[in-house]
Amino acid sequence: MSELDNQWSLPAGTRRASSAAARRSISLKRLKIRENMLAYVFLAPSLLLFGVFMFYPLLRSVYLSLYSTDPAGRVASFVGLDNFKSLFSSGLFLDGIRVTALFTLLTVPAGMLIALALAALTHNLLRGKRPFQFAFSLPMVLSVGSAAVIWKFLFHPSLGMLNYGLELAGFAPVPWLTSPKWALLSVSLMTVWMNLGFNYIVISSGMQGIPDDMYESAKIDGAGPLAMFRRITVPLLSPTLFFVLVVSIISAFQSFGQINILTQGGPMNSTNVFVYSIYREAFVNFRFGTGSAQALMLFLVILLLTLIQFKWVERKVHYQ
Amino acid sequence: MNKRIAERATVYLILTVLAVFTLYPVAYSFFLSVMKPEEASAFPPSIVPHTFNPANFIDVFGIVPIAAFIGNTFLVSGIVMAGQLITASLAAYAFAKMEFKGKSFIFSLFVASMMVPWEVTMIPNYLTVRSLNWLDTYQGMTVPFLATAFGTFLLRQFFLQLPKELFEAARMDGCGHIRYFLQHVLPLSRPAIGTLAVYSFLNMYNAYLWPLLITNSEGMRTVQIGISMLEFQESTSWNLVFAGITLAILPSLLLLMFGLKQLVRGMAAGALKG
Repeated sequence: MSELDNQWSLPAGTRRASSAAARRSISLKRLKIRENMLAYVFLAPSLLLFGVFMFYPLLRSVYLSLYSTDPAGRVASFVGLDNFKSLFSSGLFLDGIRVTALFTLLTVPAGMLIALALAALTHNLLRGKRPFQFAFSLPMVLSVGSAAVIWKFLFHPSLGMLNYGLELAGFAPVPWLTSPKWALLSVSLMTVWMNLGFNYIVISSGMQGIPDDMYESAKIDGAGPLAMFRRITVPLLSPTLFFVLVVSIISAFQSFGQINILTQGGPMNSTNVFVYSIYREAFVNFRFGTGSAQALMLFLVILLLTLIQFKWVERKVHYQ
Repeated sequence: MNKRIAERATVYLILTVLAVFTLYPVAYSFFLSVMKPEEASAFPPSIVPHTFNPANFIDVFGIVPIAAFIGNTFLVSGIVMAGQLITASLAAYAFAKMEFKGKSFIFSLFVASMMVPWEVTMIPNYLTVRSLNWLDTYQGMTVPFLATAFGTFLLRQFFLQLPKELFEAARMDGCGHIRYFLQHVLPLSRPAIGTLAVYSFLNMYNAYLWPLLITNSEGMRTVQIGISMLEFQESTSWNLVFAGITLAILPSLLLLMFGLKQLVRGMAAGALKG
């Protein structure tokens, strides 16, 4: 019952068998129909768009994953579960999962720890807070396109600043993007930098929400800065950290831009993360069927991860 | 006392070093963007520029239509933002303030669709857009993103917080749903609508994969794709590439400079009330 109905159903509670009440109940019914119709009008744009670009494509993905297609995307023949079988037998799925998991491990913990440390260090600054805030949130406004091109030049084997810096410091140059051993690490380094801005801003605004008197009373009790950080900041920040964790993991699983610009999945598939491999199957090799099968597997993996996160991690999160 | 000063100085020192490292990639692109071509491709590379050649910024317009890239990006992001605000606020109002058949079912459908990664629908959506002959058009770039489950959810939560008495008072004055929505709910929800506006604009502004799939011609590219195209043109020199990058990141950099305080405050108010 909405507030609108309540207005009208009050008199209906003390209904008498008079014609006035009968008329009222008819108008109540008419009002209900009108509210129903208006609600659907309000919902129509969203429902229509979701129908065409979300629900229908989901079904279509399932359908496509059971077929083989010609390069134009027309369905050629029913192949049943062969697309899924070939995903597993060619190692495409397991390799993609392995690279993506490694990429997540390299980027998410490092990205969160660095942002947490920086936010904690800048939180208590008395003077000159703004320039540091600006510096650490800066990467957020760079889109993946510009950021990746900048880093591509930093990683350049001979002209790049990174190798020049190493040389100045007396180290051997590193084949940042050209060696299968280094490529994923390099892409992760760039990704940690790129995500720093968002993580830093979210974590420092979370810190602003912790009341100052908590720190003051802890100080009176003789707690040092490290103890305060461990006992007050981290527990009270845990909802924020949980939010950052979920967002970071999902975005790590959906990374595409930096891979496409920096390495294109190479060398030797060492950076062929999941979404890149979907892209390559569907839009480079024009195998929409296996591409769809892979996309559905991604869906399952992300669904599973999200469920695990909410089931297990959120229990440890402290809400005020 | 001396120990405390030393401690504080260490913190400032650490922060400065880290800030330099964070800023360097961006400063580096600014430096390269004003170098003469010889310096930009010289070895060893210059840490700071020794030559100054602002003509790069003019020359880059000669190789790629960078003004069109930036214009397309703002147009596409603006359309998606406006569309998402309209569809999401309408749907959110229906969920928050109206009673209708199948409400909980449709609402759970919306919430469930937030779990679907966009990449899962990418292939069929591409085929749909292609069959509509929308490749390389603004419709193709924007229409699939005009509705948002996340935004609907966000606004619904906000609408639910509006006091019930307000609605009752408006009803007494004979105010229907449409007028109540337009004249009371929308103006009162400015903070939430603002958050959604910024969020949806930035999301589209940073989109990479979809514009890459949908656009073919140079005139339709967005900045994100256009910038990475610059790099593949073998003949161009690096100083011009970075002049392009600098032009592309300048608008958002200015926004950050002026909006940093609001951003930190807004995040604290909006995203984190668990």
